[in-house]
Amino acid sequence: MSLTRDDVKKVAGLARLRMTDEQMDKLLPKMNNIVGFIEQLSEVDTDNVEPLANVARSTLPLRKDEITDGECREKVLFNAPESEEGFFGVPKVVE
Amino acid sequence: MTNLTDLTIASALAGLENKDFTATELTQAHITAIENARALNAFIVETPEIALKQAAAADARYANGTNLPMDGVPIGMKDLFCTNGVQTTAASHILEGFIPQYESTVSGKLWDAGCTMLGKLNLDEFAMGSANTTSYFGNVINPWKDDSGKDLAPGGSSGGSSAAIAARLCLAATGTDTGGSIRQPAAFTGICGIKPTYGRCSRWGVVAFASSLDQAGAMARTVEDCAIMLNTICGHDPKDSTSARRDVPDFTKALDGDLKGKKIGIPKEYRVEGMPEEIEKIWQQGMEWLKDQGAEIVDVSLPHTKYALPTYYIIAPAECSSNLARYDGIRYGLRETGDDLRDLYELSRAAGFGEEVQRRIMIGTYVLSAGFYDAYYIKAQKVRRLITEDFEKAFEQCDALLTPTSPSSAFALGENEDDPIKMYLNDVFTVPTSLAGLPGMSVPAGLDAKGLPLGLQIIGKAWDEETVLNVARGIEKAANFTSKPQILGLNKAA
Repeated sequence: MSLTRDDVKKVAGLARLRMTDEQMDKLLPKMNNIVGFIEQLSEVDTDNVEPLANVARSTLPLRKDEITDGECREKVLFNAPESEEGFFGVPKVVE
Repeated sequence: MTNLTDLTIASALAGLENKDFTATELTQAHITAIENARALNAFIVETPEIALKQAAAADARYANGTNLPMDGVPIGMKDLFCTNGVQTTAASHILEGFIPQYESTVSGKLWDAGCTMLGKLNLDEFAMGSANTTSYFGNVINPWKDDSGKDLAPGGSSGGSSAAIAARLCLAATGTDTGGSIRQPAAFTGICGIKPTYGRCSRWGVVAFASSLDQAGAMARTVEDCAIMLNTICGHDPKDSTSARRDVPDFTKALDGDLKGKKIGIPKEYRVEGMPEEIEKIWQQGMEWLKDQGAEIVDVSLPHTKYALPTYYIIAPAECSSNLARYDGIRYGLRETGDDLRDLYELSRAAGFGEEVQRRIMIGTYVLSAGFYDAYYIKAQKVRRLITEDFEKAFEQCDALLTPTSPSSAFALGENEDDPIKMYLNDVFTVPTSLAGLPGMSVPAGLDAKGLPLGLQIIGKAWDEETVLNVARGIEKAANFTSKPQILGLNKAA
């Protein structure tokens, strides 16, 4: 299966990456090359094989549901491109 | 006078203990070496003031006998580890100027053990690459040269780490390995590098690429030095739910050099088509060395090896696209001005991420998108299980595996850049270990006809870094690799 220009455009939208037509034209053959490469997997018989999501070899540990940190607003906002009155600043979203 | 930048960690610690030199002298020697070798572009940020302050504290501890396990050892920190108050970029424009307000667990453990931080080491952007050419801050140059005189790749993604250690700019450095990012650069620069079992080291505070694969590890010039560093960086961390609740052995005790009766598996599928004869030769040589030390060589099969790279190039980009969704221009990182929120997201991400990172986000988004999720992502997870089971079966017959680390020695910068798949093939021998979450180590074994280092990889059972290190020690002893790169921090770099 190979991707079309429209597919690339749709995926770029999902990934929130702004791309020029030129960039998409350049990317399309490279993506198709990679998709062709990963499609080799269709040869492998995976009937009755359970997907393996992680190799941590342990069950996820539980801990008490309690607050373990906080009171660090300045640190949280330290790297914000824009902040005001102790909040992150964003463009207006409601008219 | 001892050449302070040519010491191992072990000999540096002995010298400091014996008051042959001070931590300040040792750190200053490395700061000078870094200044002399700036042409390599190994560091994104140099932190000499921090290093000297830490060294002074180390000297005070040596003076009153309260010295720590790695006190006064100057190291480099891959710029993927968040360091409190020091810019951490993951070599990406999108994080340029990002100053973490916390310390990653692994880097924190190293400072707590007395190491001094020389600076933040260059890498491929978000650790995505095999040549260190995707860094926003420019590529790193391998200190090794062949006859062509061309600049060579130091490997990637831990290319700043590998170049700096080989050029004697630091005694050791952190690396991270998602598909070979510690082992392949180690092989390309003639140093040692170990990726421990997934879960051995905390990932907390390490900028995430592919969370089910990412693992921190140690890079240094000897196997023993890697063991010393592993002793410090391993261990359970409540802040990383995938970090293992297991005791950490003293890895230096594993280096008894006794390989008698050890069974070393040779996976036949690693004889890939078109592999240079020299790689085959060094592999054979490695088998001979281990046999001479009493090990038994057994043939094993890892039948799904061929599918490891395509599996990896579904799972890693999928996890990357998900992890990198956090870079939205709102909370930290680069922000471009947009008309509305979506505009801001799209423009910030387009301006902040480089070409390879965008390509992987695109592939990852595609394989996770509605209609393709089962065909690609779930399929890849199933094949990942088969690959993992291959290793489990092989380890019923042997204690460790021996393979080449990489299908070639260091290549010229700019080579393999036209075709992503060609670049991905660099990791053909390292990716399967990562998918199975097993420990793997590269150790220098010799030089090829071009005079460039070649590495051998030792792969172990889960949690059995001790056998990996001990077999690596066996190779190291037999190989007696003493060659040095042409560019060293001691000389003015060309």
